[in-house]
Amino acid sequence: MFGYVAHRLISLALSLLAASIVVFAVIEVIPGDPASYMLGLNASDETVAALRETLGLSGGPIARYLHWLGGMLTGDFGTSYTYRVPVAQLVGDRLWVSLPLAVYALALSTLIALPIGALAAARRGRAVDYGIMGLTQIGVAVPNFWFAMLLVIAFSITWKVFPPGGFPGWDAGFLPGLRALTLPAVALALPQASILARVMRSALIETLHQDFIRTARAKGLSEGQAIRRHGMRNAMIPVLTIVGLQFSFLLAGTIIIEKVFFLPGLGLLIFQGITQRDLIVVESVVMLLVFAVILVTFMVDLAYALVDPRLRR
Amino acid sequence: MMRLPVQFLLGVTLSTAFLAAALISLVWTPQDVTALDIAGKLAAPGAGHPLGTDHLGRDMLSMLMAGARTSIAVALVAVGIGIVLGVPLGLAAAARHRSLLDEFIMRGNDLIFAFPSLVIAILITAVLGPSALNAILAIGIFNIPVFARVARGAALTLWNREFILAARVAGKGPARISAEHILPNIANLLVVQGTIQFSMGILAEAGLSYVGLGAQPPTPSWGRMLADSQTFFYTFPRLAVLPGLAIVLMVLGLNLMGDGLRDMLDPRLRRTIR
Repeated sequence: MFGYVAHRLISLALSLLAASIVVFAVIEVIPGDPASYMLGLNASDETVAALRETLGLSGGPIARYLHWLGGMLTGDFGTSYTYRVPVAQLVGDRLWVSLPLAVYALALSTLIALPIGALAAARRGRAVDYGIMGLTQIGVAVPNFWFAMLLVIAFSITWKVFPPGGFPGWDAGFLPGLRALTLPAVALALPQASILARVMRSALIETLHQDFIRTARAKGLSEGQAIRRHGMRNAMIPVLTIVGLQFSFLLAGTIIIEKVFFLPGLGLLIFQGITQRDLIVVESVVMLLVFAVILVTFMVDLAYALVDPRLRR
Repeated sequence: MMRLPVQFLLGVTLSTAFLAAALISLVWTPQDVTALDIAGKLAAPGAGHPLGTDHLGRDMLSMLMAGARTSIAVALVAVGIGIVLGVPLGLAAAARHRSLLDEFIMRGNDLIFAFPSLVIAILITAVLGPSALNAILAIGIFNIPVFARVARGAALTLWNREFILAARVAGKGPARISAEHILPNIANLLVVQGTIQFSMGILAEAGLSYVGLGAQPPTPSWGRMLADSQTFFYTFPRLAVLPGLAIVLMVLGLNLMGDGLRDMLDPRLRRTIR
């Protein structure tokens, strides 16, 4: 187990390092100097140079990369060019919208998909199965932002159950916050749940053909018992892989969904950053998203080991 | 003669219909998609405008047809990028299995996978500015590791087979074996994967143009039609429903077609799933 974790940890660190180099290099290519952009056309060369110094933009690319990397490691993401506040603070505020939204959506997706997928597997080849497979086939094809718009038409305009957009902030209380995030989370979760249900179904059916299930049935377990006691655990590897992948889809997906519901999350921040050439914000948000994805992949790898003891060796 | 499943036929019908609409839009649309008619804006479906007009008086049917063209072009070229760059990488990695090259290609793939595709698109847009071409680039880059993986995985199982050994004994090098013996044998899988990536590309293009990172006006695109409709869809839900339905039907068609192809090409899979 220790060797497995150590190996995974090293690859986690290397992936992060490689990703940071890519992000930095891409942002480096962008034409235009943030300092002169911020100060306008009439600024003197000295003022621009002084601002470059304070922004940490002077020096060669390698020096700047190391400065940026060192800053991130100590929690200092630099100062936003437009807001003039620490990027860490900006991102931190927005993260409290995007992250709960992604987690909420992932929870919904998993809670919907696993029972539905298991049901389809247990009733495979019958009407229930065909119904579920047909619905998920459509669910996979629905763009989440369009589904979001339909949800708004149904639940905010026709029946005024949920707010059509905006976010009151967690200060307004947990329930109002949750209520504002419900439609966005449902919109994000539906297509993902459809994929996950299909994976769950085929993973379970795959295990049902295995010898150990036949043995369990021979010992007198009903099919349902065999699925619950032996099938589920063995179907978990493909399901976990997809759940892990989905988290990164959901986190990136919040960027689009936030636009539908005017939520003040990372998505809004990144688009503002692009239009205002606030590259340090773009850089930090992208790096944060990539970090989240790599971290989730790492945790999925650890979860494999928990589910499947054979991998710990 | 094999009996074709209903789902597959439905998928082919839907996909062909949209492809036809896109092709026809190259030479003819019911109305000019760049012609604005402010007096006739937001008109209900009727004579002259079978699906009504949008907030600038443009004919919805024509916009949807031209939008199909944008979506299909972006997704198709992105799949092309994935195949042209990804497949040779995957084949090379398989031919030199467990070499430094293999390791390098696979780790590079992992690195791209770590970037959510939307984030790649945003990065590219931040650098190059929003355009249909950059949307193609963003979606295409994400397709490269997908095809590299499929090609490598499938090629690896073939490298141990007798007919490859025979080719090696005959003095063929790894590049020639990959091109002449491996590639034809994995083409099936690549076609199935291509269909899947094509449908994912349609969804990705819609998402990118919805947030303004795809094709720019006046080029019509389904995603931007949805974004434009957002101000009006409280009162004119039709503006939001139609482009969305187009996306769903197109993607559904491609997925059904891809599933059908996979079942037909891989009977083993069919046995375990059904």
